[in-house]
Parts: sequence; C-alpha cells; structure tokens
Amino acid sequence: MAAVLSRGSVMAALRGLSRLLPTLSNFTAQCGPRAACRVYSVSHLSVPERIEKKRREALLGGGEQRIEAQHRRGKLTARERIHLLLDPGSFAEYDMFVEHRCADFGMQEDKNKFPGDSVVTGQGRINGRLVYVFSQDFTVFGGSLSGAHAQKICKIMDQAVLVGAPVIGLNDSGGARIQEGVESLAGYADIFLRNVLSSGVVPQISLVMGPCAGGAVYSPALTDFTFMVKDTSYLFITGPDVVKSVTNEDVTQEDLGGAKTHTALSGVAHRAFENDVDALLNLREFFNYLPLSNKDPAPIRECQDPSDRLVPGLDTVVPMETTKAYDMLDIIVDDREFFEIMPNYAKNIVVGFARMNGRTVGIVGNQPKVASGCLDINSSVKGARFVRFCDAFNIPLITFVDVPGFLPGTAQEYGGIIRHGAKLLFAFAEATVPKITIITRKAYGGAYDVMSSKHLRGDVNYAWPTAEVAVMGAKGAVQIIFRGKTNQAEAEAEYVEKFANPFPAAVRGFVDNIIQPSTTRMRICRDLEVLASKKLVNPWKKHANIPL
Amino acid sequence: MRAGAEHVSLVPSVYRERALTVTHCTRPPARSSHGAAAPGKDKTRREPGACSDVTTRRLAAAASAPPTTRAKGQACHSLATMAALRVLTDVQRVMLKWQHCTIRSKWYCLASCVQYSTAPENIEKTFDKILIANRGEIACRVMKTCKKMGIKTVAVHSDVDSAAVHVKMADEAVCVGPAPTSKSYLNMDAIMDAIKRTGAQAVHPGYGFLSENKEFARRLAAESVTFIGPDTHAIQAMGDKIESKLLAKDAKVNTIPGFDGVVKDADEAVRISREIGYPVMIKASAGGGGKGMRIAWDDEETRDGFRFSSQEAASSFGDDRLLIEKFIDNPRHIEIQVLADKHGNALWLNERECSIQRRNQKVVEEAPSTFLDPETRRLMGEQAVALAKAVKYSSAGTVEFLVDSKKNFFFLEMNTRLQVEHPITECITGLDLVQEMIRVAKGYPLRHKQADIPINGWAVECRVYAEDPYKSFGLPSIGRLSQYEEPHKLLGVRIDSGIQEGSDISIYYDPMISKLVTHGSNRTEALKRMEDALDNYVIRGVTHNIPLLREVITHPLFIKGNITTKFLTDVYPDGFKGHILSSKEKNELLATAACLYVALQRRSPRFLNNTRVPMAKNELKSWELSVVLDGKSHSITVTRQGKQYSVEVDATNVNVSSEWNLSSSLMSVNVGDTQRTIQCIGRDAAGSLSIQFLGTVYKLQILTTHAAELNTYMPEKLEEDTSSILRSPMPGTVIAVSVKPGDMVSEGQEICVIEAMKMQNSMTAVKTAKVTSVHCKAGDTVGEGDLLVQLE
Repeated sequence: MAAVLSRGSVMAALRGLSRLLPTLSNFTAQCGPRAACRVYSVSHLSVPERIEKKRREALLGGGEQRIEAQHRRGKLTARERIHLLLDPGSFAEYDMFVEHRCADFGMQEDKNKFPGDSVVTGQGRINGRLVYVFSQDFTVFGGSLSGAHAQKICKIMDQAVLVGAPVIGLNDSGGARIQEGVESLAGYADIFLRNVLSSGVVPQISLVMGPCAGGAVYSPALTDFTFMVKDTSYLFITGPDVVKSVTNEDVTQEDLGGAKTHTALSGVAHRAFENDVDALLNLREFFNYLPLSNKDPAPIRECQDPSDRLVPGLDTVVPMETTKAYDMLDIIVDDREFFEIMPNYAKNIVVGFARMNGRTVGIVGNQPKVASGCLDINSSVKGARFVRFCDAFNIPLITFVDVPGFLPGTAQEYGGIIRHGAKLLFAFAEATVPKITIITRKAYGGAYDVMSSKHLRGDVNYAWPTAEVAVMGAKGAVQIIFRGKTNQAEAEAEYVEKFANPFPAAVRGFVDNIIQPSTTRMRICRDLEVLASKKLVNPWKKHANIPL
Repeated sequence: MRAGAEHVSLVPSVYRERALTVTHCTRPPARSSHGAAAPGKDKTRREPGACSDVTTRRLAAAASAPPTTRAKGQACHSLATMAALRVLTDVQRVMLKWQHCTIRSKWYCLASCVQYSTAPENIEKTFDKILIANRGEIACRVMKTCKKMGIKTVAVHSDVDSAAVHVKMADEAVCVGPAPTSKSYLNMDAIMDAIKRTGAQAVHPGYGFLSENKEFARRLAAESVTFIGPDTHAIQAMGDKIESKLLAKDAKVNTIPGFDGVVKDADEAVRISREIGYPVMIKASAGGGGKGMRIAWDDEETRDGFRFSSQEAASSFGDDRLLIEKFIDNPRHIEIQVLADKHGNALWLNERECSIQRRNQKVVEEAPSTFLDPETRRLMGEQAVALAKAVKYSSAGTVEFLVDSKKNFFFLEMNTRLQVEHPITECITGLDLVQEMIRVAKGYPLRHKQADIPINGWAVECRVYAEDPYKSFGLPSIGRLSQYEEPHKLLGVRIDSGIQEGSDISIYYDPMISKLVTHGSNRTEALKRMEDALDNYVIRGVTHNIPLLREVITHPLFIKGNITTKFLTDVYPDGFKGHILSSKEKNELLATAACLYVALQRRSPRFLNNTRVPMAKNELKSWELSVVLDGKSHSITVTRQGKQYSVEVDATNVNVSSEWNLSSSLMSVNVGDTQRTIQCIGRDAAGSLSIQFLGTVYKLQILTTHAAELNTYMPEKLEEDTSSILRSPMPGTVIAVSVKPGDMVSEGQEICVIEAMKMQNSMTAVKTAKVTSVHCKAGDTVGEGDLLVQLE
C-alpha cells in the first residue's frame, strides 16, 4: 500500500517537474527512446549518477547541520564511529540504499527520505577479525527505529549467525519511529528475537552512545555486554517527564539512566567510558579477548610474558591476619592487562578477561577489600552472568576464592539471596570449559561449594598455604560445637588448629595441591595448556532451567 | 696472619662484591653454608688454607685474576704443606685463565673496585648470636656481615613486619609488638625479653630507633649483653648537643659560633635567637638527622619553629629539649667516618659529602667530596679522631662538619652509630664497617693503620624513597610494591634494601625503599653508572623519588661539584617539576612513544590459533599519528623497515630500533645514536601512554590522525576546582584541626596539621574564604587525596 502510494506521488511530482523544466522535453527528445523512460525517474540523472548521488546522500546521513549538532553534543556520527571501531578500509556496508516505507504524516516526502535510513550496517574487521556492526544514526530522525531500520539490523544479525561472527551494536536512537506505529514495534521484536536466538552462538556487544529509551533498551539488555559512554548516553524505560507524571519523582536524565547509574547502581551496563573515541578504542581492545563464535576456541594472542615467570609478590599478598583485607586485583596476569567487567558494581566480586600465556581466560575472584568478599545478591548475579558467557564461548575460567560466605540479613533474604545465589552455583556447575580454582584464603560454608569447587567439576583446584576451608569461621563454629563450654578461647584455638589451614581439604582430595603463591601463574599456564583439549558434554536437554 | 689480614682488606676481591650485589637479600638464609657457616668446626682446616689464600691473592692482585680462578684456588689449598708446592701451578692456572677469559670479565675485574665484602675470609671468633634491634635495609645489611662472620642472627619485628625481608633473612625472629615504633622497635622491655629468650650475646642497633639510646645501652650492659656501638658514656656525651660541643671545644675541634643552651619556652627562644642573630636553626637536643630541625629568619618563625620542633622532638625522642644556634649560610655538609677500638686506637676513614638535602634530610651522598683538598681532609680527619679519642670512643662513628665556602669547617655533631650512608665509605676504603664494629665490640684491636686507608675511586649513594618528589621535594607515599626489580645486574652497583616485590611501605616506618650505591674508578664513571642504575630501577605501586634523584645527579652544578645544603631549594625555587626536556630529548621521547604505540598496534592482530574465518591481513608499512605531550600536539609519521622504525617528528627524522618486548618492564631503545632505557608505566586502549624517560614519567596521548581529528569533537571534562578544597597531600594522621564550619580563614592560615612518618605538616588555606565543611578530626587516619576541609 505504502509502495503504491509513494510511486503515485513520485509520478505526480515528475509531471510537475517536467512542466517547470521546458528543457527536459528537449533533452528527452535528443536522447531518443532509451531516455524516454527516464521521464518516470526522479531526475534527469543517469543511473550511475543517481547511484553516486544516493551514496553521497547516504554518507551525509541527516545532513551537514545535524552532523554539526551531533558534534556539538560531543558525539560522533554513525559512520565516524564505525570507521574508528573497524580496521581502516575494512568496512563493507549493507543496505545503503534502503529507505523507510512510511507514508503518513508527510514522511513520504522526498526531504524525509534518507538513503540507508537511520542506521548504518555492515561487516568489517577489528584487528583482522570479522565482525558485524550496526550503528544507529542520530542525525536521521533522531536515530528512531523504523521498519526498514530494523530490517537492516536483522539482516546483518542473521548473516553474523550464519557465518559465526560477533555483532556489535552502536546504539544512539530516540526510540520507536512514532510515524510508523506498530511497524516500528514489530521491528523491535524482530531484533529482540534475533538477539535471543544468537545468544550463546555469537558474542553480542552493545555500546550505548546516546539515548536509548523505551522498548529499545531491551536489545542492549539481551546482548552479552552493554557498555556506555559517560555523560552522553542514557538507558531508561521511561524518561524523566513520564517518571514525574507517574510517580511524582524529580529526577534528571543522568540520575535516572546515565552511565553512572547503570554501572554502579543497577548493574545494567558492564562498563562506561569517557567519550566516544575512548569507548570505541576500548571496544577494539575488548573485542580481542573474544572468540568469534561458540564454535571457536578462546583466542591466543602473541605474548612475550614468559609462561613460567614466578611472581614473588604473590607470596606476601595475603595478609597475616585472617580478617584483614587485600586487593584481589593485585593477583593477576599477562602483562598486567586485565579488562574488568562491571568494575563499579557489586565490587565484592571481581570479574573480567585476561590472558594467560596469550590465551583469553575469564577471571572470577572474590574481592576481600569490599565487604570481605562475601557473596550477596548482586555479586552472585554479576558472577553468574560472566561465568555463563565464558562457558558459552569456550573461555577457560580461573577462580580466586577468598569468601567468608553468603551475606546474612533480612535485606538479602527478602531480596532472594537463595534464588540469586543459586544462579552462580548453577553457572559454575553447568560450565564445561576448563576450570581452575585457587583458594587464596577463606573458603567458608556454601560459598566454598559455589566458587568452582572440586565438587562442581573443577579441573584443577589449588590452595595457597594461607587457605582455610571450613563450614564457618572459628568463632561461630566454636559457639555451636562447644555450646556452653566455658573456655571458648581454647576451643577456638583448637578449631583454628584443625580447620584454619588447607589440610582438611587437601587430605580429602578436594584441592589437588597446596602451592607456593609465586608459582601460581606458572601452574595455571601449564594447566591451561593441558586442559585445552578437555571435552565434557552435559546430558542432553532442551535447555537447562536456571533459577532466574 | 695479622699482616695477611690487613693485606686482604687492601686488595679488592672482585667476586665478593658480585656475591653481594647478585645474591642480595632475596636469597634465603641458607647462604651461610658458603663456607663461613661454622668457623669453629673447620678452623684448623681453614687457617693454613687462609695463608695460601693470601698468597693467591697477592698473585691475583698482580694479575687481577678473574674471580672464578681465585675461588677454585682457595678450595684447592686446604693443607699448609701442600700450599707451597702448589703455588707455582696456581700461578700458571691463574695466568692461563686470565688469558682465556672474556674481555668483559677482564674489564669487570679491573673496573670494579672495593666495595665491602661478604665472602668468607679469615674471621676471628666474636659472637655466636647477634640480635639486630632494627628493621628494613639496615637489619639486612648487618645480617649479611653476620652471616659472613658465621654469626647466627636474631631479627625483631612488629606484627605488620612479620613477613619482612629482614625477618626471612634472620636465623630466628621475635615479634616485639604492634606496628607503632614506640610499641615495637622502641619497646626496650620486649627487646630485652627477646634477647633473653634467644640467648643473643650482642645487639646491633643499626641506625635510628635505639641506636643512640643510652638507657638501652645501660640495660644491655646490666644483662652482660654486648652493645655493638660505643659505650654509654660516649653515647651520652655525644647525644647531648650541648655537652658534645663543650667536649669538642676542649678537644680543639672547631665549633659553630653563636652557640647557646637549652630553651625553656618560645619567648626565651626568641631572646636567644636575637642574641645570636638571624637566621638561626632550632632543633631537638636529643635528635639526629633532620628530624625536629627548623630554620627561623625572624621572631615569628622562631615561635613557630619552637612549637613544631618541641612537639616533634617529644614525639620522636620523648625528650623535648631544644637547641638554637647560628645558621651558616651556603654551607656544605661533610662528615668524617671514624673507627675506634677499645684500646685507644682511632682512624678516620675519609669523608662523605652529604650536602644534597631536603628538609635537612640527606638525599644524595658521595665519597670522597669534590671540595676537600688532602690538607683539609687531613685536618678534619685529625680533629674527628681527636674528638673520638677525647670521649674514649669505640666502634664506628661519624663526626659531622659544616664547611663554608672558604673551607672553614665547624663541628656540628657526632653520630654514635652506623650511618645510613656508610656504604659509600665502604666502597672507597674496602672496609666492612659492620664487621669492624662487631670486632671492636668483642674487644679486638683495629686491624688497620691510618696509612692503610685508601680512597679507591668514587662512590655515590642515592636514597630511593617512597615519596612524591613533586611535593616539597618529597612527601611520603605508601602502598604495596606491586612490581619491584633492582638494577643489581649492572656493573659497580650496590643496593642495600630491606624490601622485595610485594612488600608494603606503611605509614608506620621510614619510607626508604633502598640505598642505591654506585662505584666507579672516578666520579664521572660512578655518576654514569648511577644514571643507568636509576633508569633500570623498576618500582611500581608507590610513588618514588627517582625523577628527583636522576635530575640531581645529572644537574650541571652537581656534576661540577658546586653544591651546598641549599642545592634543591636554589636550583628548584618553585619546587621540583620533573625533567625539562630539551628539544632533542623531546623528539626522542615522541619518537620512542610513537614506536611503542606502533609495536602495540602491530601485536594486536597476531593471533596464534587459527579460527574458522580467516584473518584479514592488512599489515601497514607506515602510520600517521598525532601525539599529545603537555597539551601540545605533534604530528608523527612512523615508517617501518624491518626492525628499524624511521620516525618523522615535526619535520625532523629520528631512527628508532628496539626488541619491543612489550611484557618487560624495562625497554632498551636505540633512539638516533643514543641508547635509552625506558619504562612503560601504563598504557590503555585509548592511546594514553605513560613512559618513564630520563627518570621522569611523561604522559602522552597517541592517536591515529583520524582518531585525533574525531577526538577534537569530544567534550572537555571539567576539572575539580582545587582552590576551595583541601585534600591530604599524603597518607598520615590528623594531629589537629584548627577550623570549624562557618569560620573565616585567610590565605595562608593554618587549617590542620597532619603527621606522617614523624613529620608534622601544616596545611594552610590557599585563599581567603569561609569554611563550609570539615571532613576530618584530630586522630583520624587519612589517605592521600582524602578531602579534609571544604571552603566556600
């Protein structure tokens, strides 16, 4: 219907045009019969010229003025972003000539048609490796999502799954194209469906570089990683105006859905970057850690850090007093390069990517510096999601354990710590990638089991000499075992003597070895080498039922 | 035998120095098995061996034999009867070895001179077990000599130090209390208890802590434990600044004019100061070093100085008596090392130039001094010895002098302990001062005569501190040494340290990381070695003063030897700002950074495991970069030809080549025709790069020209307005807060006082304003950068 309408209007416009331009008839006459059909075309230009013109228009997106406005906001245009993200000259664009199909509200007019519509899609290379990219163009209708826009995105997502290559979305969109109504909503759903179907097949990354509101937020939420740009990007279901009218809360865009909110409070975003350039360059770096698909092994990048390097500093990293905090980040990896995921959210667990002897590994570590490194709702969910990503994409897991247990209290119990804690347990248990665990200090209670223990099919489980594996800390345990006994201190000492060391776990084979901390790196590198050929398959199922 | 021993000390034994620098303190205590472990057991066996050993050494001296040969020679000659027969073969072997050893090792043998030895030599029986009542590098230093002498060592430590290097190094260790020094290292009861428990026969106090505490020496004497140091009388006489000056006068030692007595209150301080005439120096009677010392130029400063100094004196020494004296302008601080025994013999072991100081604490020292002629040296030495003899001094001690521009020298004070900077004296004289101290304490007479004391080459010491040199030449910084590599593989380098990778620099103790000593045949060589050593020193996790040290030792005035104690404030009147790059150096830095960036970029696509989707090969040959340094943008083109990079920096061409080991903390880079060692301190994906170049860390932002163009659209992030907030410049404890919210403060008014590492620092307002909020109270522990007070 829309197509018919628009053709009609084009012809009407042409008729008007030929009246206005008397020279045109001369022109057609001169050109003979071949040119006669050109009467029906938009202009008097030849096809190659028209292609060229459309291309030029497409490259300009919403036009010079809007590009300037975008720059004034401290943002780059969709194409500038793609060119910065991909290797120079590697971008191959899809659907540059696609236009929206809306005919209502004057949308059918020529000035409202932009070749390529409000998104740039295609494939290219990051450090030589294939990636599919879409970049929403805020200069065209505020990057709003039309049917055509969605169709373009879906096309590259389908391609990505077929080929087996990651999808990166650069989001900068005002939301649904209201003029298109339900077609726009349908477009969203099409994208969501593809997000879900490709989940666990190819890595999907969203970089939110502008507003992303309403239904649109669910696409980033469904992808594996959501990154944001500080001060210029927002994610929310409803904006501050609607919030005001519904709940009477006064809140700014930044407070409601800014980078800070989502990286520190809600945990929606995995990391935030300073500006567009910083974000895109970091994304290149991040991409290097990921395999292209679930069929590929974790990438091994060239590495000059010797795999048998001893790290003497690790021998002293765990303080003498069992209650004192230390920074789990002090323990870790090749070239001391560590790409931390969610560094500002649930800081009592540290997760991120690193390399051991060049091979990408996922690191999970309790952070004793924050809340003693205990597991609570947020840290369990954060850890679980990361572990599942690594498992889905063949990235070995290295777990550093110093956990005093799950966080007690009504807030946690009412919040469902049982259900959420189970997610982390579930994730570690079902993971079939190589799993190496190092108990640096405390591994108490159920949290010991959860943290990639031997019982959950840990491949190699080490304990440092400072490790203590027990049901609980000495004080609590003594109060139960020796209830009513007067000499608590003595009982405590006995308990400490018995349990506050790695032996109880080691004699039962729950840890494979007690190791000198400085040799940890060397051993992990060696074990990963061995475990590279590990094969483990879970029982057939349609899918597991993780306690969501 | 005695003559032989003397001879040994004169002839530098090269490999020993090697043993010291290479094994250093990271090696476990098992080292003592080297041969000196049980002097009692194999004494009979060793003595004849030692005789032939001397012979070997003579030969070695003549031919400068390579170390390995000599070591073998020593092992062969275990029997005296065999020795004579074997000497001939030995000579042949030595000569043969010398002919066939590499040029490098020959050069090494010849070039490196005397540093003190820790290798076994003929050692008299002294003590079985010594307790070292100290921590850190000096405890390790003393233990090294103890091990050489076959003496068992006992370390004392506070609870936070339980994994410290000196504890690991000792044969036994005793915890003497919690972290604060007053409860641990100054806790005499606990230390006496440790002595009793371990059965130590003697105590070496190191420097600081109890080293000049007469009460401690007295208590040891009462328990018949030997104090390795002078006797109580000398400590008392020299520890008291007034008494020491009177004694010095009596011993015909030059003393400072305008000298006066104990000060009771601020008014008296002002009166005395006026009598002497400004400027005056106010300091604690009991203290040494720079602690509790202030210089006042007028009445008001005298009052301030009195207040601070007395507080500091009280907190550091438990004795708030003060002393005011004439302050000598443009002075040099030169000190004479003396060594005396209990039999009335005393030697002077030449001078140490310690003029480079900040806040009256030494930073760079050297021996000998460029300033002294042999005559002045002799006069100073003789006066120092006269003073030592006057107080019946025994053990090692230091007589400090101020020397004015006309080479007049004035007695300042005598330190009755081993000095921090003793290694440079050991380097140029070849003596092991700790060993001599232990011998003297046991009652042996000195082994040397004045004429035997040489000046071999030149030695320089830099005190490497965990402190921020950009804040008043060094405010303490704390943290964990996340990475730490000493440059001990370099030639002629000695490092005395008591820490290792992973150690914590805490607020409780002196923030010294190590003493970096280089030794060369002359000053130029020693300084060049120091430059290399500083460039090759990897310290991460704490802020350190290497930028300042490197600037000092390469400064033209310092190289000329034209220095005074005011060197730092004269040369850097607005505070130290780091190395100022010449345009050539700037180009070198930019070129190096650009190449490093390219090396990183080239590594990124190098994946070793094949993926299903083939990699796109797109190897660039040339890179167009934009590098921002100090806010200025430079356009740089890097072209690669094999391992060589040809770099065009702002229209000048520089060639750069390197191995580009991106995992190593040190990178050796050839820039143009010079070799530079740089350290990549930090880098991120967005092109930020921090490079330590010529000692100073430079921050650069490197982007491709395309990215740099786009970067111009990025909004500038607003920086915090620093004039209205007061942040703690260092970690420490808040001593006093003198404002409350709502108060008006004027510019320069004191807002609060923070104490760190025994230094009290007054924090003042930078503008006149109203106080909006106060975020600290007296007694709080604050970290660096913590918000203290907010102004309107």
